[in-house]
Amino acid sequence: METKSIMIVGVGGQGSLLASRILGHVFLSQGYDVKVSEVHGMSQRGGSVVTYIKYGDQVYSPIVEQGEADFILSFEQLEAARCLPYLKQDGTMILSTQQIDPMPVITGAAQYPEQIVEKLQQTGANIIAVDALALAQQAGSAKATNTVLIGILSQKMPFPQEEWEKAIQELVPERFLTLNQKAFALGREAADREE
Amino acid sequence: MKKLMLGNEAVARGLYEAGCRVVSSYPGTPSTEISEAVAKYDEVYAEWAPNEKVATEVAIGASFGGARSFCAMKHVGLNVAADPLFTASYTGVNGGMILAVADDQGMHSSQNEQDSRHYAMAAKLPMVEPSDSGECKAFVKAAYEMSEQFDTPVLLRLSTRVSHSQSVVEELPREDVPVKEYVKNPQKYVMMPAFAKGRHVAVEKRMEALAQFAETTGLNRIEWGDTKIGVICSGIAYQYVKEALGDRASVLKLGLIHPLPDNMIRTFAQKVDKLYVIEELDDIFETHVKKLGIACEGKDLFTWLGEYSPQMIAQKLLGKTTPYRTFPESVPVRPPVMCPGCPHRGLYYVLAKMKLMVSGDIGCYTLGATAPLNAMDTCVCMGASISALHGFNKARNMQDRSVAVIGDSTFMHSGMTGLVNIGYNKGNSTVIILDNRITGMTGHQDNPTTGRTLKGEEVPQVSIEAVCHAAGIQRVRVVDPYDTVQVEQALKEELAAPEPSVIISRRPCVLLKSVQKKAPLVVDADKCRACKACFKIGCPSIHMEQGKAAIDPTLCVGCGLCASLCPFHAIGQEEVR
Ligand SMILES: Cc1ncc(C[n+]2csc(CCOP(=O)(O)OP(=O)(O)O)c2C)c(N)n1
Repeated sequence: METKSIMIVGVGGQGSLLASRILGHVFLSQGYDVKVSEVHGMSQRGGSVVTYIKYGDQVYSPIVEQGEADFILSFEQLEAARCLPYLKQDGTMILSTQQIDPMPVITGAAQYPEQIVEKLQQTGANIIAVDALALAQQAGSAKATNTVLIGILSQKMPFPQEEWEKAIQELVPERFLTLNQKAFALGREAADREE
Repeated sequence: MKKLMLGNEAVARGLYEAGCRVVSSYPGTPSTEISEAVAKYDEVYAEWAPNEKVATEVAIGASFGGARSFCAMKHVGLNVAADPLFTASYTGVNGGMILAVADDQGMHSSQNEQDSRHYAMAAKLPMVEPSDSGECKAFVKAAYEMSEQFDTPVLLRLSTRVSHSQSVVEELPREDVPVKEYVKNPQKYVMMPAFAKGRHVAVEKRMEALAQFAETTGLNRIEWGDTKIGVICSGIAYQYVKEALGDRASVLKLGLIHPLPDNMIRTFAQKVDKLYVIEELDDIFETHVKKLGIACEGKDLFTWLGEYSPQMIAQKLLGKTTPYRTFPESVPVRPPVMCPGCPHRGLYYVLAKMKLMVSGDIGCYTLGATAPLNAMDTCVCMGASISALHGFNKARNMQDRSVAVIGDSTFMHSGMTGLVNIGYNKGNSTVIILDNRITGMTGHQDNPTTGRTLKGEEVPQVSIEAVCHAAGIQRVRVVDPYDTVQVEQALKEELAAPEPSVIISRRPCVLLKSVQKKAPLVVDADKCRACKACFKIGCPSIHMEQGKAAIDPTLCVGCGLCASLCPFHAIGQEEVR
């Protein structure tokens, strides 16, 4: 099989680590070769954070480049706009509509673009925009945004629901499990509504 | 069992399986997780040293003592460790010794982009370079064997993409490697001129033997594909080459990257029509190949800067490009910032307000150099803040308007010696130690001032105050950086004092689990006059909403710094209002 590429983008501290671990777990359990690339250190301090996940028969490079991502999960609108060039022509971007002003916007040196979702859609890209933060809060905590997004993605990928649920069961600490299971289910429902 | 592991975790697993007994490291992205991961194995002693020189010397000593030993550092850490390393090349080892050095192509979290391969050549040491997690583990084992067979420390070169990418690793049981006998042998272990002369002969002989070994070791291999294109590469660049070219090229993959296999290179070059050397950073392989009289292309096609990628290689060698969409407007950058509630923020607010010259250092607090605080003038390397300020003031006599800022871990690393210099040489500078009770930048490692070891044991804390007093500094005082009035008062007094002083700005990092977060603050929109006083601290949770300041409840941790600066008392706890 040709290698498939997924990108997770967000703002440092939003917790994309769990999402990438769940994905890696699912792909590995399906017998694929998997590579995951994270950037640690400086970029965690509220900067842009990018994680790449690739799977296939044999994966060489751990990084994803422009025009290559089959899926992009974005935790934040501005980061979605920033990583649009990475989306494959027929790829799908799933984005949470949360907005977090970066420092240049806070200091007035730059403007936060308006109507990002509309502008992304106008480029002809497949965009699924969901208020994942609200769904996570509905599930019990803003911290579960990542599992909401995973729930949406799981509906777009050819793997059985049980595999995702197993991965969540194995990777999420006991005391956050119910919360994340709820968030995952809300994500799956949201994807159904988008159909 | 097959598992996804970071390259760094796989190195740690390799250390465990290869019977390593002693690990001493100093943190530094992207090398840090190796030592954190290996510390989880009870069979391996692992510690944080105060700096890379100490870590390397501990590993050398453990090797002398007969154990397989290890130390890890980032690329610039090897500058600090270079002194012991160059002479350990002469002494050789007893138990096997590996020094891992992680380069940071692209400077994801570093102050420069130096290529550590120069050290292998300069110190005359073998160097191996894995290209994924599986090789990280395998190469550790190969490196220990090489170390003991050739009586040499071995360098393990990593990079951000290898260290911080996960790929599949198979776990195996630990090999039992007993501690070797220690035999006193001054000719080998006491490096003074008479003995070192003999050891230099041994070093040159060893390099010859290693060059022979390079021709036959399984660490180097040729993967034949189309012979129109031949590529020599190693490490992460190998993965990029394979992804870009597949079997449209033949590849000489180097695992032992110093010394290089001359005959293998010659044979490979003869069989391919056109030879490329694809290596990030410096032209080390290319220079070597050209020295053998073999024509090749390298840096005339590929940049000296940053990271390479499969698309870059496909574009240059095959003329292939990949289409992509662009967002129709410019997208503002999102630089890293101090976290909401960061104790460094209050201190920097005062430094900015007082418009002081700030001799900076490396850590989370380097972010004080960015807008809107803009409160740092210089930053070179760990420890330089204190010594450079002393030089600055000897040149300009600006001690009433200048300070050095340095973190607790950085002070222990190499700041102390600069302070001793001030005490000794009649300096009159003011030094601020930003004591957030942890090594923050690299992700919360303990250090001698925190009272806990890498293995999680409680130990006595090294007292920063006592160290300062011992260095001959009489004026040492502690302030709380959340109290900007107190900080400003202390600074005024110490800058005016006719002798050197140290101000310890003490408050634990807000991300520490032990620190209680408070409820988010809210802005009373009726009271807010949009004067933007709260914007001066550069807190990422404060922004404008409908012409008034607003606080993002998902980011704010209720530190109260903004509230203390609001002239209209518009910011407070929800229930209080
Ligand atoms: C020689 C060297 N070793 C390691 C590093 C990586 N590094 C950068 S800052 C830092 C420590 C920062 O800790 P501290 O001084 O306590 O400041 P904090 O980040 O907590 O504010 C380290 C280990 C480096 N840049 N240079």
